Amino acid sequence: MIGAEQNQVLAPAPPVDAPEPMPVLEPLPDSGGRVSVIEVVRMAFDSLVANKVRSLLTMLGVIIGVAAVVALLSLGEGASNAITSQIESIGTNVLTIQPGQQGGGPGQNTSAQNLTYADAQAIEALNLPIVGPAPQYGATASLVAPAADTSANVVGVTPAYQEVNALTLSAGSFIGEDQVRSASPVIVLGATVAEELFGSGQAVGQTVRVEGQTLRVIGVLTAEGGGGFGSVDDRAFVPITVAQQRLFGGRTPDGSGYQVSSIALSVIDADDIDTVQARIEALLRERHDLPADGSEDDFSVLNQASFLETLTTITSLFTLFLGAVAAISLLVGGIGIMNIMLVSVTERTREIGLRKAVGARGGDILLQFVVEALVLSLTGGLLGLLLGSVIPLAVTILGLLDAPVTLSAALIAIGFSLAVGLFFGIYPARRAARLDPIEALRHD
Amino acid sequence: MRTEPTIAISDLHKIYHMGDVEVAALQGVSFSIDRGEFVAIMGPSGSGKSTLMNMIGCLDTPTAGSYRLDGAEVAALGPNELAGVRARKLGFVFQQYMLLPRQTALRNVEMPLIYRGIPAALRRARAAAALQIVGMGQRMHHRPRELSGGQQQRVAIARALAASPSILLADEPTGALDSRTSVEIMAILQRLNREQGLTVVIVTHEAEVADYARRVITVRDGKLVGDRLNQSERSQL
Repeated sequence: MIGAEQNQVLAPAPPVDAPEPMPVLEPLPDSGGRVSVIEVVRMAFDSLVANKVRSLLTMLGVIIGVAAVVALLSLGEGASNAITSQIESIGTNVLTIQPGQQGGGPGQNTSAQNLTYADAQAIEALNLPIVGPAPQYGATASLVAPAADTSANVVGVTPAYQEVNALTLSAGSFIGEDQVRSASPVIVLGATVAEELFGSGQAVGQTVRVEGQTLRVIGVLTAEGGGGFGSVDDRAFVPITVAQQRLFGGRTPDGSGYQVSSIALSVIDADDIDTVQARIEALLRERHDLPADGSEDDFSVLNQASFLETLTTITSLFTLFLGAVAAISLLVGGIGIMNIMLVSVTERTREIGLRKAVGARGGDILLQFVVEALVLSLTGGLLGLLLGSVIPLAVTILGLLDAPVTLSAALIAIGFSLAVGLFFGIYPARRAARLDPIEALRHD
Repeated sequence: MRTEPTIAISDLHKIYHMGDVEVAALQGVSFSIDRGEFVAIMGPSGSGKSTLMNMIGCLDTPTAGSYRLDGAEVAALGPNELAGVRARKLGFVFQQYMLLPRQTALRNVEMPLIYRGIPAALRRARAAAALQIVGMGQRMHHRPRELSGGQQQRVAIARALAASPSILLADEPTGALDSRTSVEIMAILQRLNREQGLTVVIVTHEAEVADYARRVITVRDGKLVGDRLNQSERSQL
């Protein structure tokens, strides 16, 4: 192509010792033109391609660093979203009152027995803007049907439980007010429990034996699926009076009433959560004869919203921490680039001298080496982005976690790798630019 | 009106500081070279001829004195202005060819044009034409290691010609070549001078090489000790 082009400009090549006169070059106009950035980028690519293996090894640090940043940010984001949406599906307006002080871990709640059915009735009497309260009292027990048996969490509840947790039934009905009052021997099964006991057959109307009591199935819940925190699918529900009086012996230690393991309620308007929580705490302190001097409560109120807030803080901190660890490997990658660029400047001292001799300015040389560092780090960054996207994508496709590679993660990765290239490329480039052409030409 | 010489050097001094010791490499050198001359600068090593060549090549600046290149004073220019002067007015040929090993002859010849901001198409055409002049038109896509020493030096001459300089400055251009190839290279320089009127300055310590020049300037101990016309220059033409 070039040969054809030049053949139009000139006569066919005359050997030097041929008698024909030499072709003459037109003088170049003194345009004062400067080196174009495109040419600088091309020269940078030329010299990087000339050392393929070395360039690849140099980029490896950035590739791994960026891949780690992208993968960890995406997975962290995905995990955080998953946790948040799970909690939100429970309902962020839900307050849960448990006996005993908070802070001793989940195990401590079971030992305290000072939350009573009467407390729940007193909360109801306050007429707060809430759905519920829904007291519950339960334990894990064996459920025995004629053809199968299983083990499940059997929870004693009132009709309010269905409302607070927004449960729907696939067959039959939920526990009614009358059945609570008369402690009727009835049971509502979660979808999984019903399946395990009766297969695909009709469960409503059958009987189940629990703790020696025969209970009649009056309803089956709609399957909810998923749910990491103990899905209602795996539970069975009985009137709270049945759980307290017939199944699990829920009388308070002093014998005056019945205990509950927790009271749940849903605040209708999220703005009222704090007020409702304060009213309930005041009421319970009064009922439990606690002095109004700020001593510790003997119960705890779990607020889903604040729980969610804490959890979000934790997950984002965790993500940030992982990102920082990944950023360190990016930094190490940058040092690798600087190292190789310094070696390259030394190796190419004569080339730099030559370029200066034919008219390259210090700035042209600086630009060339900075661009080389940037090409290394940016190419590394793009490869790293590609590699780092594989893990979250695989996780998403496998359905383990919905972990999208966000635009921000990609931009952070690319931005960081550019910054690393610039930061670690400047020093070697300045060394190259400052070389004295005479010294550089003499270098060997 | 007398035309300004291409090179006008007047009372040029250069003092290097090696630690506490001052080395006077040039001690008041004056001469001028007109357009179209073929000049050899001779002298033993340590005579100051390399320093003088660096001055003529605008690679270094004198401690004192004046150097006018095509009528413009360049003795007091800064590094960037000097780079500009080199790009526009000078073509270098080195003893060790100084070709970029991984690039084709064509790319090597294009290189100085890049720094003059010449667009790619014109650059390629000129580089190809320059390679034609030195008889390397058939090998412009070869890399230096695929070429003999003499061919590499021809490519280097093409590179020096590509930007049509005022002066072609050759530092021991045959120092790495055998005698037969040396003759070829000197013949090219001689033809460029005679047929194209190119001003050629070569720096050498070999009398045989200097014999191709029409004028021989001799330096010793930083001073000009001889400036003679070569009555019977060698020629292969």
